[in-house]
Amino acid sequence: MTTEGYNFAYLDEGTKRMIRRALLKAVAVPGHQVPFGSREMPLPYGWGTGGIQVTASVVGPDDVLKVIDQGADDTTNAVSIRRFFARVAPGLRTTERTAEATIIQTRHRIPETPLREGQVMVYQVPQPEPLFKLEPRRAETKRLHALADYGLMQVKLYEDIARHGRVGSSYDHPVMVGGRYLMAPSPIPSFDNPKMHLSPALQLFGAGRERRLYAVPPYTEVRSLDFDDHPFVPLRASGSCALCGADHTYLDEMVTDDRGGRLFVCSDTDYCGERQEQQAAERAA
Amino acid sequence: MYVAVKGGEAAIANAHSWLAEERRGDPSVPELSTGQIREQMTLAVDRVMAEGSCYDPGLAALAIKQARGDLIEAIFLLRAYRTTLPRFGASLPIDTGMMRVRRRVSATYKDLPGGQILGPTFDYTHRLLDFALAAEGHVPLPVPETDPGEDTACPRVTAMLADEGLMAPEQPSDAEPGDLTRTPLSYPAGRPLRLQNLARADEGFLLSMAYSTQRGYGNNHPFVGELRQGEVTVEILPPELGFPIEIGDITVTECQMVNQFNGSRTEPPQFTRGYGLVLGRTERRAMSMALVDRALRAEELGEEIAAPAQDEEFVLSHSDNVEATGFLEHLKLPHYVDFQSELEVVRAMRAAAAPAALREAAE
Repeated sequence: MTTEGYNFAYLDEGTKRMIRRALLKAVAVPGHQVPFGSREMPLPYGWGTGGIQVTASVVGPDDVLKVIDQGADDTTNAVSIRRFFARVAPGLRTTERTAEATIIQTRHRIPETPLREGQVMVYQVPQPEPLFKLEPRRAETKRLHALADYGLMQVKLYEDIARHGRVGSSYDHPVMVGGRYLMAPSPIPSFDNPKMHLSPALQLFGAGRERRLYAVPPYTEVRSLDFDDHPFVPLRASGSCALCGADHTYLDEMVTDDRGGRLFVCSDTDYCGERQEQQAAERAA
Repeated sequence: MYVAVKGGEAAIANAHSWLAEERRGDPSVPELSTGQIREQMTLAVDRVMAEGSCYDPGLAALAIKQARGDLIEAIFLLRAYRTTLPRFGASLPIDTGMMRVRRRVSATYKDLPGGQILGPTFDYTHRLLDFALAAEGHVPLPVPETDPGEDTACPRVTAMLADEGLMAPEQPSDAEPGDLTRTPLSYPAGRPLRLQNLARADEGFLLSMAYSTQRGYGNNHPFVGELRQGEVTVEILPPELGFPIEIGDITVTECQMVNQFNGSRTEPPQFTRGYGLVLGRTERRAMSMALVDRALRAEELGEEIAAPAQDEEFVLSHSDNVEATGFLEHLKLPHYVDFQSELEVVRAMRAAAAPAALREAAE
């Protein structure tokens, strides 16, 4: 199959303009979900069609694109999306290095390497509505957002604490953006939530199936929802990476045998790889 | 050391090659041509066009071949192609009253102006496997054509009822209908968008929703006022010409369900309409659509909303099989980052619970 006959980055320019207009609105109202005319993409819903449409709308031939899934560049879905853009966006460079990338499309993680000004994070979002488990009707949640009525979520957090002694959401823990809108950070582990706060990068969120976009502009306040006497505490597996020794990163657990053996490695493969290179260089010196 | 299996380039390439091989099957069996699919798998082609919302039998046949006969996958392929096509205009509304009818039945009248035309239907076949079909080379005898008579329009059953004042009139509107492929749905969606959504909704979902209304979940006492199938002409009105020009014919199926209505404080008892119009010879879909359309009019008609099929947001937001299958199947993608955080939470909660349990045991 060839990609002749398709516009740069797949979407036609009219569609890109429509998405960029929606993104501008999203940036202007941080954390607010903006409806957009999401298109069918050649990848299935749930595979990152929102993120892909956002990336396709902001990417240019001079950009450098990094795509991660579960923190890694070599997971199948990340490979597939990176290859898609390499195929439909001639001239676009791709990278696995966080520092080199101008656009980072992600599913489920924020890189460990701190982001800088000028970078764009594009999050793939399965469910943009943070209240959907508490109130399934979008007509009603729209009203709740308009009134900034987030009592439902506060009660849920309270019940989590009463029942489990701690706030129960381990991922997709809701955040308040700019003190106004309750926002789903996408299913990143709550470990990553603090990285969104005052980030110098522009953060864009795309939900293709649900047809919503939202954004967190650079240097915007992003607070994980909590209570004064039960502050938000991000969790990570205790231990350090078996490959680079990091004790401050988010770890994947590897089951090594059927007798309970396990070890932990960094979920962010680029960060882990860079640390290992650095350590090798130091040893050589 | 154990290394995580994360797949990658080679694995994907191998999977694609294997898929291509599986798709082709035994190479000693002749390959299916898209022409064969287009001509002999016509109802599959029609379903893919209807749910793919793109009227192109050749592309639908290609999609079915590429999808190995998985129709939802084929619908997805066609939608993904359709979305890249530029739009150069909108057609005028098609006139199903002027349809070249190949099938037209009414369940409400024994005979009616225009006649009952059975057409090529499975309806009265006996569902016995025809082993003669397994032997190839048999070409059925052509059906002798009867003189269709004068080329007059078939009057609509619902119009006949309306003449008698028994059919509730629809609200006429010249407003430009929305386009759900361009603008996301918001609720309440309104009838034009609702009908658009249902016209390309998953056939199985529509069927089950419609069936549930027949079994008492939003009962709406339906009769097939009329079901008609045939070719209609598509016209566009180029502004520089100022008059309409025909750009082609398409096959559509239209179903008008007639439903009992007991009347309300403001409306006398009369019949109400459920409407279905779909691409191709997809009769089951047209009928299901008409039942669900009527069920979703509950609010407008002041009926109690108690059943799923009467709930607009529930029906419209779960009817699309490209959306549904994508989100369902995405569960196959890795989720170990989230699962890891779940693991940590469960461990933390267990650690917190253990001393308490010990204390209780001691007491």
